[in-house]
Amino acid sequence: MKKTLTTLAAVAAIAVAGIAADASAKEWGKGSKIKIATEGAYAPWNFTDSAGKLVGFEVDLAADLCKRMEVECEVIQQAWEGIIPALQAGKYDVIMAGMSITEKRMEVISFSRAYAATPAVFVVTTGNKSAGFKTAVDALTLEEIDAAEKTALDAVVKEFKGKTIGVQISTTHENFLREYLGKDATIKTYDTQENLDLDLQAGRVDAALASASYWVPLLASDKGKGMVMVGPGMTGGPFGNGVGAGIRKEDKALNDMFTKAINASIADGTSKKLAVQWFGFDASAK
Amino acid sequence: MSEWISLLTWGDAGWGDEMVRGALWTLLLATVAFVLGVVIGSLGAGAKLSYLPPLRWLGQGYTTVIRGVPDLLVIYLLFFGGNQAVMAIARSLFGYDGYIELNAFTIGAIALGTVSGAYSTEVIRGAVLAVPAGQIEAARACGMSGWLLFRRILVPQVARYALPGLGNVWQLTLKDTSLISIVGLVEIMRSASIASGSTQKPFVFYVSAACLYLVLTAGSNRAFGLAELWANRGVRRV
Amino acid sequence: MRFELFAEYFPALLAGIPMTLKLAGLSLFIGFFLAVVLAVLRTSGIRPLEAFVRSYVYVFRGTPLLVQIFLIYYGTGQFDFIKESFLWPVLREAYWCAIIALTLNTGAYTSEIIRGGIESVPWGQVEAAKACGMNVWLRFRRVVFPQAIRQALPGYGNEIILMVKSTSLASTVTLLEITGIARKIVSQTYAPLELFIMAGAIYLTIVFVITRAVDMLENRLSPDLMARRHVKNAAERDIASVH
Repeated sequence: MKKTLTTLAAVAAIAVAGIAADASAKEWGKGSKIKIATEGAYAPWNFTDSAGKLVGFEVDLAADLCKRMEVECEVIQQAWEGIIPALQAGKYDVIMAGMSITEKRMEVISFSRAYAATPAVFVVTTGNKSAGFKTAVDALTLEEIDAAEKTALDAVVKEFKGKTIGVQISTTHENFLREYLGKDATIKTYDTQENLDLDLQAGRVDAALASASYWVPLLASDKGKGMVMVGPGMTGGPFGNGVGAGIRKEDKALNDMFTKAINASIADGTSKKLAVQWFGFDASAK
Repeated sequence: MSEWISLLTWGDAGWGDEMVRGALWTLLLATVAFVLGVVIGSLGAGAKLSYLPPLRWLGQGYTTVIRGVPDLLVIYLLFFGGNQAVMAIARSLFGYDGYIELNAFTIGAIALGTVSGAYSTEVIRGAVLAVPAGQIEAARACGMSGWLLFRRILVPQVARYALPGLGNVWQLTLKDTSLISIVGLVEIMRSASIASGSTQKPFVFYVSAACLYLVLTAGSNRAFGLAELWANRGVRRV
Repeated sequence: MRFELFAEYFPALLAGIPMTLKLAGLSLFIGFFLAVVLAVLRTSGIRPLEAFVRSYVYVFRGTPLLVQIFLIYYGTGQFDFIKESFLWPVLREAYWCAIIALTLNTGAYTSEIIRGGIESVPWGQVEAAKACGMNVWLRFRRVVFPQAIRQALPGYGNEIILMVKSTSLASTVTLLEITGIARKIVSQTYAPLELFIMAGAIYLTIVFVITRAVDMLENRLSPDLMARRHVKNAAERDIASVH
């Protein structure tokens, strides 16, 4: 549920310059060595602890999936900007970095089935006028909107009209704000979610929009003191269709292996267990 | 105050070691970039002083563009365009079509080297012009070849004249390393940013970052002072 | 390269020029007065004041501007007593945080430039002015300052250019000046090279115009030195122009 591709920047540049190095499809099966890239800065999905180790939901899930596929995996850290071009160029084989499955990304890479799905939610400080804001429906899917959902969406737009809303740059959340509140609200974009949190706490923005998977653990911790989630949880449309593993288009066999392993992990409840452990609620895909 | 100390302790609990490690990266990056800059600067000065007009234009164009464009933009451009450029060169020159990744450090060093190279060019050019023309003529009259003249007459004096200016370029490069945090190298600024995000105590960590930079600039200031003394050891003092 | 982007987004980038110029202009304006005060204190002969100015200059020249901006922007938000004080309406705005950081920064650099100018005025002139019965203020206004400014102008021209370039850092605290707008468009078009090249060209043009203006001003302020300067200055300024 995060950033659209800043990354695509580089992709576009490569494509246009016509110098993309295409790694040809490899053979995949039991015993393969697979390199998985993650960002290492998007807790609790994936982050770096103060000892410098990669940890998080996706790191644990990757270990589980690799065991199921009977392959050897190495999880490496890669900056978000550039994570897709480096996949295409063959630096690693899979991306598991809280990356939402969106049409735009599907133009350049393929995705396994979704392994997590978390709605986007607004957060404000408890002292804010919007602190009690609620809509009649809790979950809002931005595809095939029915009447009740339309009312809720209108309420969201009305609530944040004229406000300043912060969001991390190049994310699906930014896309949503530009599409639905671009004319009515002031949108401030931040390099990192953490800088946005600082400004929300400081009162420089009225509200922040990000994934529930990010908010729930944060709000439960000390750092989330004085912040509260408001309005409906939103999915679909600009937010994409869940979070999946990004894989090169030509590696169809690898994609199938991941999809199968994810299905198995969902079926026996492992992914749910990991999700509850890291997010504090079941953010796994169904 | 005790809160500061606990935030900045060594080890897994505190951020002291991360900050100091960041400082070492800053120092290493600045050093590599500075040396690269001096190399580029020497070539640039040579180009600008050349009797071949195209070389002069090239040198002039380089310094004008770099000195007229924010360093941040130069870094963005190299960060986004650097990898592709290197891969394109590797492919066309060596027929190599595998993946080449320039890591944040390499890109940072190239970017900062390009920036500091422009300033070094001006400093070195000024230093070359400061060598009295009579000395060159005298060396020629003594029958020195071009290379000998360059080595014995030009280089020692240019180094001495250029030292104060290069000291300034070093300071500039050292401070510019903070911009590389934006492309992800975990130097001082990035460490401070990660730590303040993680603890929500930005003030503590940015003040610590400022102190680390002060230590680095003060220390290197002294080193350049000593180097100047050394370089001027044979010069009569008034 | 997608050349059609140049035409499409150039106007949007041009719209960032006023913000860039406002940031640079306002902080240079306030920073100049700050610098004059600092330079006068620095040459005042009063020890504690001199020491204060020295350390102020030292800190601001010895640390990156980015740290200063982040410290003022994110650092101040950490404290409730600041958030409850009269300062908050100002510090709340990214715009004013950037102005404050840029002003304090240019103040430090400019004060050194002006100090160099003040110290270049021959002591004999000050003595002569004293002998004519001028008081401190009159001496400063009629003898020292006009000459100091003339001497300091080339260095100050460089400072102006550096400030225009420095404003690009304001984009890191959410301000939409030229660089900020370029970054925003990049996040939507995925075309960093095209956008950043355009932004660079805009800065280059601004810098070019400023360089020309400063040259003209220099020639007006000291026409007597014009011929000499053209020979001498090139090399000297090149050495001095580095921060």
